[in-house]
Amino acid sequence: MSIQLFDFHGGICPPEHKADSNAEPIRAAPIPQQLVIPLSQRQGSAARAIVRLGQAVRTGETIAEPVDELGVAVHASSSGVITAIDYRVTLTGEVAECIIIETDGIDRWHAMTPHPTWREYSPTQLIDLIQSAGIVGMGGAGFPTAYKLSASHVDTLIINGAECEPYVTADDLTMRERAERVLLGAEILQQITAARRVLIAIEDNKAEAIEQISNALVARGERYQLATVPTRYPSGGEKQLIQLLTGEQVPQGGLPADIGVICHNIGTCVAIADAIATGLPLISRITTFTGGAIAQRGNLEVRIGTPLSYLLNWTGFDQDQCHKLLAGGSIMGKPIVDGDAPVTKTTHCILAATHTELPDPAPASPCIRCGLCAEACPAKLLPQQLYWYSKSRQFEPLAKYGLTDCIECGVCTYVCPSSIPLVDYFVTAKTEIKTKQNEQQRAEHARERFESRQARLARDANEKEAARAARKAQATANPEQSRFADQVDPVQAAIERAKAKKKQLLMAQPATPDPSVTRLELTSQLEVMSQRLSDAKLNNADQKILTALEASIALIQSQLSDDRIDESKPSDLAESKHINPAGDI
Amino acid sequence: MSLRAQPTHLVNPTPTVAGIMQKVLIACVPGIIVLTHFFGPGVVTNLLVACVFGVLLEVLVLKARHLAVKPFLSDYSALVTAVLLGISLPPYSPWWLIAIGMSAALVVGKHLFGGIGQNPFNPAMVGYAVLLISFPVPMTQWVAPQGLAQTPGVIDALVSVINHRYFDGITMATPLDLMKQNEGQTMTSLFQLYPQFGRFAGVGWEWINLAFLAGGLWMVQQRLFTWHGPVGMLAALGLLSALFYDGGSSASGGSPIFHLFSGATMFGAFFIVTDPSSGATSNQGRFVFGALVGVLVYCIRVWGNYPDAIAFAVLLANFCAPLIDHYTIPKAYGYRDPKS
Repeated sequence: MSIQLFDFHGGICPPEHKADSNAEPIRAAPIPQQLVIPLSQRQGSAARAIVRLGQAVRTGETIAEPVDELGVAVHASSSGVITAIDYRVTLTGEVAECIIIETDGIDRWHAMTPHPTWREYSPTQLIDLIQSAGIVGMGGAGFPTAYKLSASHVDTLIINGAECEPYVTADDLTMRERAERVLLGAEILQQITAARRVLIAIEDNKAEAIEQISNALVARGERYQLATVPTRYPSGGEKQLIQLLTGEQVPQGGLPADIGVICHNIGTCVAIADAIATGLPLISRITTFTGGAIAQRGNLEVRIGTPLSYLLNWTGFDQDQCHKLLAGGSIMGKPIVDGDAPVTKTTHCILAATHTELPDPAPASPCIRCGLCAEACPAKLLPQQLYWYSKSRQFEPLAKYGLTDCIECGVCTYVCPSSIPLVDYFVTAKTEIKTKQNEQQRAEHARERFESRQARLARDANEKEAARAARKAQATANPEQSRFADQVDPVQAAIERAKAKKKQLLMAQPATPDPSVTRLELTSQLEVMSQRLSDAKLNNADQKILTALEASIALIQSQLSDDRIDESKPSDLAESKHINPAGDI
Repeated sequence: MSLRAQPTHLVNPTPTVAGIMQKVLIACVPGIIVLTHFFGPGVVTNLLVACVFGVLLEVLVLKARHLAVKPFLSDYSALVTAVLLGISLPPYSPWWLIAIGMSAALVVGKHLFGGIGQNPFNPAMVGYAVLLISFPVPMTQWVAPQGLAQTPGVIDALVSVINHRYFDGITMATPLDLMKQNEGQTMTSLFQLYPQFGRFAGVGWEWINLAFLAGGLWMVQQRLFTWHGPVGMLAALGLLSALFYDGGSSASGGSPIFHLFSGATMFGAFFIVTDPSSGATSNQGRFVFGALVGVLVYCIRVWGNYPDAIAFAVLLANFCAPLIDHYTIPKAYGYRDPKS
């Protein structure tokens, strides 16, 4: 039985290098002395640690819980003692909060709860189990599976075993050796999504995997179908695979569910099968170790959190031979910046390539606009135009030419005859746009704050003006007082007036002083006023002005001595860097 | 263990810029051979002089721009411009004519706009247009093709390069000239009256166009460019000439087959319209661009002042390329309706 296939635009057929690592069966990697388990995945929200320092944990025990539906639980990958909860650098240079476990070498398991009667469970129950088993998309994106499953009803469930990127064979080996578990996971996903049909898509360069899966499919009825897709990168990209199998495109800005499709990776299926059928949470994954600088190439079942350097030592890594060390395959792989960083739930491949395998690219020459990139772009974009506008930082045309639709597959870079690192330009431009948007947001906030402050100052000035007018009126009404006013010490008089005003203010707002007036602002006002006073004295200003200034100073001083005024608003303190903190004055 | 940051960028197996340019040069070979067969060694001297000046000027300008000479010279782009201009010029052109043409092409047409890939106009056509306007006489003197007269020999060709002389008696109006000047003759009598017309489009020109068509098709097969530009141009030219071809009266501008195989039609369609930097960007845009060139070629040939029109048509279309680009952004993945 064969499925009708459609075509997607562009794509490339680079050397596959799959045979480098798919000859040996999956080996279990040893457990290191120290596990560094990140609390956040590549996407979604970070989990909250529920263990304390020094606590002993067992393999599979939950050590962090999700805070919302975008998070997943995190489990101890082996038994041991929690020695630290700290920020660590990941393979590709980001910083993530991690729980560090000093392993005991015994690998004592936490009690597991299998769910043999899962067929009677509701979708919500199954989704909860998937979330608490810590399952994320294992194809590399790392999107929380439970959240993806909470989408609406779908028609077609696609199990993605295309694995199109050169060098990577983790899914290939998983399908060869764990076909039953793959399909069990697919059955669970089918029950959750109520999909009418389930398509298992495999690229036609994986004969053995195809055989194993089709054998396992025999007992599973019409609903489950095998789709052998042509070997062409990036057929395993979610959008491209959906187009290949259904002929439809995921709407721009939408989700596959919008066209009744949902896509899950082979590795995710196995993790789901393990979590439901045996109660085993996600504590390990299959990672391909390949490239000429690794002696024992092949696929390892690695405990999550194992430091990469430990695994490299174990597989016979030769640093002198290694020209490029990548997390991922040869096209989308990201350079590894810290070899001591841990393997995570999304590390599907470690490629230690020699100079011959991945030589340095020729220096980039000018774009001749030949259009090979546009021919190859699976998103049907015009990379040559995007390059032009990325280089000149013209963000508006970039939006028009669909920069956000770029899936960063790297095909354009691969085909460019001028060897321009196109995709790097696009990633940079995307980051720049994001930064710019953030800045705009911040500027907007600052503007709002400034405007409200201006309004407040204007209001204060008006009030002051009104008070002065009132006093003047009073003085005219009682000329007696004003005649004697000259004999009174002007400062003393001002203080008296200030006290009176303060009293008035306090009476007007007995419970809460204006929270927007901070000690910090008062201090700076005081400073300004004192400056003006000394200037006025130097310039032999009119006595009236001196009196007025002194009165103002006295008012501020009295306000400062009022302990009901907000000590300091931390947000204001942090953001108004130009004003000295109160303590410095 | 610490590792230095490395670029993710891959080395690709696709052709380099130099490889692409080399293939363009190879695709010119059949056309050059047939041209030489019909017009004699003057074709070769044109090309040699153009190439020498092309390399010299490129080196000079690169030095003046403080750019590395070797990587840019070895991308063969200057040679491609030289060969394209050399093919366009009438055979036995004098050296100074070619030098001026190459200066206009490389210095003005290419480097003043920023060099390779940044030229808004086709450099070879800039050179050609400058020469046609400045030196109309030597630019319109074509010797008679082999079969109608004896072409000049190698010595004559070399002499003509240094000390230009018109080969009086053996220069002859081209079929496009005759068509342009035609007043009152029906197509049939025109073809009978002048031997230059040959079978359907002109002695020699039929074969020359076929040879450039062959080279062009090979480049399409080699995926140097897509079919859109050439097909757009040829389709527009063919359609327009069919539309105005009334069966061969004196007012008709010539049959579609005449236009498709006359003058520089095929050369223009596959070697000039396909210049990626001065043309439109998307496939759809390239089709529109080609069609615009085809329409302009027909208009200038039939109603304009020049017998052939590839250079002006292409330059005019170059002006329109940014506009065409604006309206022909392809629908990216996931867009059901064209982007607003």
